[in-house]
Amino acid sequence: MHLRKEAVDIIVNICNKYKDEPSPLMLILSETQKEYGYIPLEVQEIISKETGVPVSDIYGVVTFYSFFSLTPKGRFVIGVCLGTACYVKGGQNIIDKFSEILKIKPGQTTEDGLFTLDALRCIGACGIAPAISINGKVYPKVTLAQVPTIIEEYRKKDKEV
Amino acid sequence: MAKITVYFENKPYLVDDDLTVLEAAKICGYNIPNLCTWKKGRCSVASCRVCLVKVEGERRLVPSCAYPVRDGLKVFISDPQAVIARRTSVELLLSNHSLSCQTCKKNGKCELLEVSKRVGAEPEKYIGEKTPITYDDVAPGLVRDTSKCILCGRCIEACKDAQGIGILGFEKRGFNTFVGPAGNRSFSSVPCIQCGQCTLVCPTGALMEHNEIDKLDQAFAEGKYVIVQTAPAVRAAIGEEFGEKIGTPSTGKMVAALHRLGFYRVFDTNFAADLTICEEANEFIHRVITKTPGPMLTSCSPGWINYIEYYYPELIPHLSSCKSPHEMMGAIIKSYYAEKRGIDRSKICVVSIMPCTAKKYEKERDANSVDGIKDVDIVLTTRELGQLIRRSGIQWKKLPEEEFDNDLIGDYSGAGVIFGVTGGVMEAAIRTAFYILTNHELEPVEFTPCRGLEGIKEASVTILGNTYNIAICSGMKNAKVLLDQIKEGKSKYDFIEVMGCPGGCVNGGGQPYVYPLFLENEDDDILDTYIAKRANVLYEEDRSRKVRRSHLNPDIIELYKSYLTEYGSPLAHKLLHTHYNNKREKYPDIEEE
Repeated sequence: MHLRKEAVDIIVNICNKYKDEPSPLMLILSETQKEYGYIPLEVQEIISKETGVPVSDIYGVVTFYSFFSLTPKGRFVIGVCLGTACYVKGGQNIIDKFSEILKIKPGQTTEDGLFTLDALRCIGACGIAPAISINGKVYPKVTLAQVPTIIEEYRKKDKEV
Repeated sequence: MAKITVYFENKPYLVDDDLTVLEAAKICGYNIPNLCTWKKGRCSVASCRVCLVKVEGERRLVPSCAYPVRDGLKVFISDPQAVIARRTSVELLLSNHSLSCQTCKKNGKCELLEVSKRVGAEPEKYIGEKTPITYDDVAPGLVRDTSKCILCGRCIEACKDAQGIGILGFEKRGFNTFVGPAGNRSFSSVPCIQCGQCTLVCPTGALMEHNEIDKLDQAFAEGKYVIVQTAPAVRAAIGEEFGEKIGTPSTGKMVAALHRLGFYRVFDTNFAADLTICEEANEFIHRVITKTPGPMLTSCSPGWINYIEYYYPELIPHLSSCKSPHEMMGAIIKSYYAEKRGIDRSKICVVSIMPCTAKKYEKERDANSVDGIKDVDIVLTTRELGQLIRRSGIQWKKLPEEEFDNDLIGDYSGAGVIFGVTGGVMEAAIRTAFYILTNHELEPVEFTPCRGLEGIKEASVTILGNTYNIAICSGMKNAKVLLDQIKEGKSKYDFIEVMGCPGGCVNGGGQPYVYPLFLENEDDDILDTYIAKRANVLYEEDRSRKVRRSHLNPDIIELYKSYLTEYGSPLAHKLLHTHYNNKREKYPDIEEE
């Protein structure tokens, strides 16, 4: 795969923005994830070239944090918290239900590119466990019965726009 | 640096104050089991938890590799709690290990196995799920088997430290963590130079050379004329495989062993090293005469060739076009030698015993063949030769000293011998270039500014009033410095020798492992001295040779007289020169799993 020049420019600009920070990699990767949507190997190569950090190191960071993604994410990213409190309150059942309905495993994206399902480690919302977050919007105390409704809500949203 | 008192098992010892507990213990006579530490002051991540000891005043056990000494420190190695903790650490490592020790080629040199033995670990104490494994034997030089990896991180450090590359890294997290090239790719689809420095530090069989002994067996079974050649650095280290002290010259016994392994002829790659010098010195002089922009870069080290192709393709025009010596040897065996001896060249199998894993890759390059027949068929490392000798029941200590076969291409000069150490190629080239330019011999024959194990050396040599600036470097981290100078147009050198591995071939990725754990009779500082000790073997052999200049090797003189005609002739170009690839993709597209 070869990146378009515009894409390369975006990434190079991000690298330049943070290159004087004492530890720029996380900042660069966060912004790349946000701007570009995912961080494939080709993008990592550019970051490596700009920063001098070996590709293997970058790849290690990208695969360590679930926030970063190697593949494009869906339009709606469903993050199900599996931190201790949410897990105890049934977070696993919630994510399994999403998996079952969307027919994807955590970490995958539906074929129509609409949904990505992610397992999250504690999102700091333990008081409202089990919690999920969809494109930043947090749903408190989610029950199994709510899952199909939530999915429908976003299917509708997709058609509206 | 001040001296302080540290207590081990309540006995006082005076030690330097800048050591870790692990280092101090070693000096005081306690070998604390450890796996992730590998070099003085180097413990990549204190990850193995095998070196735990009790320290007075600490609530918990501490990893001795990462704990600094201080005055009055009291350390207890044999404390029951520490003994059990060390054993448990090893048992937990083993619980996620492949446990195929009987068939593992690292057996006998496996630090994990040795440490397990020492701490009294039960291999199957903890049984459970295992991390998904990757077995990569696609690259010709190296094999990665994550089922044997203990995540110590030494290889990651070695790749960065020796070569400044950083091919390997930790990936994923928690139980799924593994070590590999980005994207868990094969070594063959990332810009790995296959130097094998990672294999020298791996405490288990997770990273090893790509074993080719099966191919050798097949060649013998097919009734081929199996002709073996050995690189100079091999003789400086093969004895170590059989318990000799590091730095023991082993040329005679090595040749005797090869004679007993059934090879049709046993030749020395040094003959071809002499040939390389004649061609390379001639090429250098031609470049000077034609005012080709300098510097010229040597081309003997295939790890280095991989590096320049991947990382500095724009500088390839600076590379000498000479094949590396063992490839030249193969080409000459399959042409000149085959013709003179009336052997069908397709029936010859050339086996190179090399201190190198990258040579395994090099022999597969299309440019290293003549009329569709590869110059070299099989490359075995020094370690594989050790295995070959052991498996044949040959007792090293009872071997006599024998000479290489004196058959057309058997002679070699002292200049060829020193190819195996950083600076050797340059010194040998100067001896011959001086003669070509002046018609007089360089006196004294030894050009010592080339010697020593510094990462970058420089010198100048004046011939007929012209001064030539030369540089010598080993390890890609050092090469990068000189290459950046060339790129920026600031290089002041005319000729640069580059070797892929730090210290040159004597420290090649295919050489015997230097693990202090197994070397009770070597000095504590053996990791700092082994390269120089091996290098010294080569300088000694150079001194003992009657002919010490490549161009005076009588077999070389005859080869040019009766076959190649002259240095750099068309036939010499066809057989002895190669070309390079300036379009190697670092991360080529591959089918994602």
